[in-house]
Amino acid sequence: MAAIEIDSVVKTYPGGVAAVKGVSVTIEDGAFAVLVGPSGCGKSTILRMVAGLEQITAGEVRIGGRRVNELDPADRDIAMVFQNYALYPHMSVRENLSYGLRNRGVPRDEITRRVAATADILQIGALLDRKPRALSGGQRQRVAMGRAIVREPKAFLFDEPLSNLDAKLRVQMRAEIRLLQRRLGTTAIYVTHDQQEAMTMADTLIVLNAGRIEQVGAPLDVYRRPETTFVAAFIGSPPMNLLAAQAAGGRVLLGGAEVARAEGLADGPVTLGVRPEDLVPGTGAFDLTVDYVEELGAGRLVHGRHAGQEMVVAVPAGLDLGERLALAAARDRLHLFDHGSGRRLGG
Amino acid sequence: MVENRPFLDFLAHLVLIIGVALVAFPVWIAFVASTHEPTRFISGLIPLLPGDNLVESYRTMLSAGISTSGAPPVAGMLWNSLIMAVLIATGKIAISLLSAFAIVYFRFPLRQLAFWCIFITLMLPVEVRILPTFEVVANLGMLNSYAGLTVPLIASATATFLFRQVFLTIPDELTEAARIDGAGPLKFFRDILIPLSRTNIAALFVILFIYGWNQYLWPLLITTDDGYYTIVAGIKRMAEAAESDPKWNYIMATAIMAMLPPVLVVLAMQRLFVKGLVETEK
Amino acid sequence: MKRTLFRNQFLPWFLLAPQLAVTAVFFLWPAGQAVWQSFLRQDAFGFSVTFVALENYAALYADPFYRNSLQVTLVFALLVTTLSLGVALVLAVAVDRMLRSAPAYTTLIVWPYAVAPAIAGILWWFMFNPTIGILAYVLKQWGYNWNHQLNAGNAMTLVVIAAAWKQVSYNFLFFVAGLQSIPASLREAAAIDGAGPVKRFFTITLPLLAPTTFFLMVVNVVYAMFDTFPVIDATTEGGPVQATTILVYKVYMDGFVGLNLGSSAAQSVVLMGIVIFLTVMQFRYVERRVNY
Repeated sequence: MAAIEIDSVVKTYPGGVAAVKGVSVTIEDGAFAVLVGPSGCGKSTILRMVAGLEQITAGEVRIGGRRVNELDPADRDIAMVFQNYALYPHMSVRENLSYGLRNRGVPRDEITRRVAATADILQIGALLDRKPRALSGGQRQRVAMGRAIVREPKAFLFDEPLSNLDAKLRVQMRAEIRLLQRRLGTTAIYVTHDQQEAMTMADTLIVLNAGRIEQVGAPLDVYRRPETTFVAAFIGSPPMNLLAAQAAGGRVLLGGAEVARAEGLADGPVTLGVRPEDLVPGTGAFDLTVDYVEELGAGRLVHGRHAGQEMVVAVPAGLDLGERLALAAARDRLHLFDHGSGRRLGG
Repeated sequence: MVENRPFLDFLAHLVLIIGVALVAFPVWIAFVASTHEPTRFISGLIPLLPGDNLVESYRTMLSAGISTSGAPPVAGMLWNSLIMAVLIATGKIAISLLSAFAIVYFRFPLRQLAFWCIFITLMLPVEVRILPTFEVVANLGMLNSYAGLTVPLIASATATFLFRQVFLTIPDELTEAARIDGAGPLKFFRDILIPLSRTNIAALFVILFIYGWNQYLWPLLITTDDGYYTIVAGIKRMAEAAESDPKWNYIMATAIMAMLPPVLVVLAMQRLFVKGLVETEK
Repeated sequence: MKRTLFRNQFLPWFLLAPQLAVTAVFFLWPAGQAVWQSFLRQDAFGFSVTFVALENYAALYADPFYRNSLQVTLVFALLVTTLSLGVALVLAVAVDRMLRSAPAYTTLIVWPYAVAPAIAGILWWFMFNPTIGILAYVLKQWGYNWNHQLNAGNAMTLVVIAAAWKQVSYNFLFFVAGLQSIPASLREAAAIDGAGPVKRFFTITLPLLAPTTFFLMVVNVVYAMFDTFPVIDATTEGGPVQATTILVYKVYMDGFVGLNLGSSAAQSVVLMGIVIFLTVMQFRYVERRVNY
């Protein structure tokens, strides 16, 4: 059990490619932190630096207050679950679980006890003598988890562990992993590119883009108050509508019509953000020309244009749709971002 | 088959039967010759069906040889061939596994040079450097020894390349998992790499066993003590003797015994053999 | 390229040591010696050694026996390659038609790979033996007096057949693999386009087998030039009158038997050049295959 501190960490590859450009974040003891971002954002690289599989170019990683930059992966007391599970194909499940313990010189009866306890937790007791190739995808996933649990490490590191599973199993395993981690109370870092997975699993959500942190926070806070247009567009499905608007005299104008007031806002272009589900039918600032409708069963997604800009709106199933749709949004559900930097403006 | 042409099927069978017969014919003749009495050949026409002298021919050759023409008992030569084949196959596999491991899993100065040193052995078959190699072996006092028979043939670029290919297909994550599990390089080599390569090792062993067994020129040169003769090289000495005293049944019995072990290996392990053959040519 | 590496600096050298030691002592050093000796002339008793630069090579160039040997090698390699490839291709195409019986035929055809070239030589030498050989007997019935100890053409025929016989199995396996890798849909498409079996073979199958054929040609030339030493030595011993003395056999004869070290060394160096050329050819083929 330990907090993980990532302090101004930089990773530059020999070719000069900078994968991580100065990342600082602290993951509290026992927390489940999710690194999320598009491919190439540096999330896996950060995880691998914590694991010791990549050299840290600059900065420091501390696990439980101890600097680990120079330590071998085996000496960091962490366990990792890989995307393709990386189970040793020639070893039985039992041998896969016990290999790391044997290498550490754990006494044999202790190994037997721990393997049995782990198999019990994951309900893989019946599989212990099988080889990985005789297991289903979900079972392999459990064994990979088991290999991490059995070590009783300070931290779990997950590298997109669910992306090889089908959709249904994935949802089920998310819950299982979360329950297990809470029960064991082990600090965890989890890497995924799936924002929904990130939202549902994280205590702390860490959104990355192009080697930098965009935002850190509890999932709902990040969702409700995105700090940048990148986060606004990345977290939430369908993504937030981002519209080009004008600030003039403390008012925000969209296609000439006032949609919000913003005291003290400098005149000029701004980006206005509004989530599809925050737009409700009714007389308001938005007047949508409907292009097409996605039927989702429980509701509908209306794709259309307002003042020439594309928008998506989520509406209830029963709503009568014409060619035009008048929409309103509560003022506190509107987000303003700087046009140039994409950073959040004001409240 | 795209369309049904009974005539073509018939033709194909015919071609294959003729082919199989052509392939087997010389061996059949040799076998037949080995089962007749020596006197049977004086008449000038050799028979096409086996005689009744099989046991005698093979027993004589196995235990006594033809002392008059300097041919030692075949049993001893078979034993030497077996030792040579096994040592060469094991040795090549062992040193190739080690060097492929070094080349794939480490980065070190002069790695490229080491790689080329191994590669160049492909371009230097024994036959083209025969005299100087003989001198080296003679100077090292390795004539008439198992070491002399095997060590100079043990360097193998082919096997090294094969294992390099095999190692390159082993996923990185497995290595990483092993590192996190506390396995150092040698432990990883022993616990993960070797077990994962075992079918490749077996396939290569089949090919190299045949290679070692069938060596001819090298053993012929460096063995003068008949205690170290191998059977493939020994047959030449026997055939030379045949010029004056043609004991064909004995010569052919020896030929059959010389080819039997590797042929049996191929037949028994055909799948491994084909795998090995195809892989070593990649 | 591996992403995960071990960092140890000494261990890789320790691992490479056996391979490099054997390579240095038994490959590189002797090869270097051969190159060095090819510039020297040694008298027959080894008392005096003089540096003669390229004289040994010049002597080779002028030597009618060496030129003869070059020609013999060329003819021999060409015949062995053509014969063994041709027979193997016919057998492979026939097996490719078979469904259930293919494995059985394959087994019956591949085993000669395991027969040592020397033994292959002995077997055919016995069958062609002028006094008791069955083939020599059959030929005599037809009025042909076979004698490979006197007739150069007979001798060449003997070593070519023996060398090719053993190599058919190898070529067969690669042709079968090559045929199997041709998608059935291609032949089906050609059949729908109205091409009969024979036409399909020449317009679809054979062109698509070209990479395999090229690869096998190189391998077979290498085999004929270097691995057939035992066939020659066990049967004709290069005779009659050097009619079957291929280059590797001449290196051996001139060096070991004739003790003409300078000339033998120069011949070795020429052979090394040929091997290097053939190896490069083979590797270019591999590169091409990767690109497919």
